Amino acid sequence: MNWAEFFNMGGHAFNIWGSYLLAFVILGLNVWLPLRKYRAQQRKLRQQHETTS
Amino acid sequence: MTHNLGLFASWRRVLKRELLLAYRQRNDILTPLIFFIIVISLFPLGVGPEPETLRIIAPGVIWVAALLATLLSLSRLFNNELHDGTLEQLLLTPQPASILVFAKIVSHWLTTGLPLVLISPLLALSLDMSSTALIYTMLTLLLGTPILSLIGAIGAALTLGLRGGGVLLALLILPLYIPVLIFATGAIIAASNGFSAEGHLSLIGAYLIVTLILAPWVTSYALRVSLD
Amino acid sequence: MIFQKYAAPKYFYPLAGKCLPWFAWLTVLSLSAGLYLGLFVAPPDYQQGETVRIMFIHVPAAWMSMFVYAMMAGAAAIGLVWKIRLTDTFITASAAVGASFTLIALLTGSLWGKPMWGTWWVWDARLTSELILLFLYLGFMSLRSAIDDPRRASRAGAILLLIGVINLPVIHYSVEWWNTLHQPASVARIDGPRIHSSILTPLLIMAVAFKLFYINVVLIRMRSNILEDEADSRWLQEQGA
Repeated sequence: MNWAEFFNMGGHAFNIWGSYLLAFVILGLNVWLPLRKYRAQQRKLRQQHETTS
Repeated sequence: MTHNLGLFASWRRVLKRELLLAYRQRNDILTPLIFFIIVISLFPLGVGPEPETLRIIAPGVIWVAALLATLLSLSRLFNNELHDGTLEQLLLTPQPASILVFAKIVSHWLTTGLPLVLISPLLALSLDMSSTALIYTMLTLLLGTPILSLIGAIGAALTLGLRGGGVLLALLILPLYIPVLIFATGAIIAASNGFSAEGHLSLIGAYLIVTLILAPWVTSYALRVSLD
Repeated sequence: MIFQKYAAPKYFYPLAGKCLPWFAWLTVLSLSAGLYLGLFVAPPDYQQGETVRIMFIHVPAAWMSMFVYAMMAGAAAIGLVWKIRLTDTFITASAAVGASFTLIALLTGSLWGKPMWGTWWVWDARLTSELILLFLYLGFMSLRSAIDDPRRASRAGAILLLIGVINLPVIHYSVEWWNTLHQPASVARIDGPRIHSSILTPLLIMAVAFKLFYINVVLIRMRSNILEDEADSRWLQEQGA
């Protein structure tokens, strides 16, 4: 497996890896941001629960 | 007031009232028309006055200007009634709301779309369109501007009273105008090149019939949603 | 019917929570399989060379952009007719990820087209339709954020979605037609390669992976939305964290 050739992708490295990277970033944000919001909500709920119980 | 008006009579009544109001607020009618003329005039200024270029871009320019001018005029469709409370009355009458809404849309077209159709020959000449192209421009505008009013009414009902209303309305409605734009300009270009534009015109006609049937009903439903 | 029980946020929330780990693992597995096959196993196309690999992102993303919109419209119809609030939670959870797929399809389409046509953008039928779909998503999201009243926002958004989904075939047909009018037939279409099994398999796996990914994101966001909407309700208080 010639890694240098693989990364070069026949000269189209920018287009191909660019596409994959773009998709990765955009889809990654689609998971990361909601998860972050959810965890913040969980934390807040737990705090509320502790102060009232 | 318990007038037991028949359906057609109340439809006519709303129409007459609309036209009277429109006449009293002539500015509201003239502004989109002047906008139409100015936008079209911008293109020679931006693209250059060569007749060959203008002739090619003319169908698209006129139609895009028509789309924008119609959008500009849509906010006045329901705004007056919204502010003085008569819009809710409209929905509470015993007559089906879609018929009354249809009357409003008809009057909107008569005061917005029809003037565009009538002034289009002048503008077609200014862009050096051939006589065939000119005729088909008028024809497609005649068939197409009612569609613009009908679909636009739905958008106006959905965005009733919202801040950022006009631009939001444009954002929502312009994608829905695209088929009309494509078929209308396609018809003009086909006819100018000697091909038959029958197919395009029948498509526009079919689209008009479908929107005629569905749009008033959807608009009154959207009005109810916005007013609740 | 058992489904009616889960239409209530109170029951949907824990159900979604139980399903999530499964979907997460399935997504990771299918994505790995798809990426492996697409990047390492699939041969380069004799016409396009290595750039055919972009297709494994572009085509599934385009499929998802339409699939998500159709799902949102379906939920809108159900919500308007049967007045189930969970449909609205589903719609708001789906919007951003649907728009993201559309954006990915557009950007990767541009990157895919550049080596073939030499320009960063071509007004071909598929890309133009995809662009219009992006406008439909953005329009929907703008309308929803412009309306303060949640009930009006959900119903108005639902109407807009239904109008959009009815218009979508018309728009697509008119753009296809427009494209053949203005382009000579010799220009290659963007979905050039003949579908060979070494190309088809990674494509389908990536399509499945994207669907699973979508389900994942929607479940997370729906749970988040439910937490927000039901903050004061008793079942949430009792459940604790």
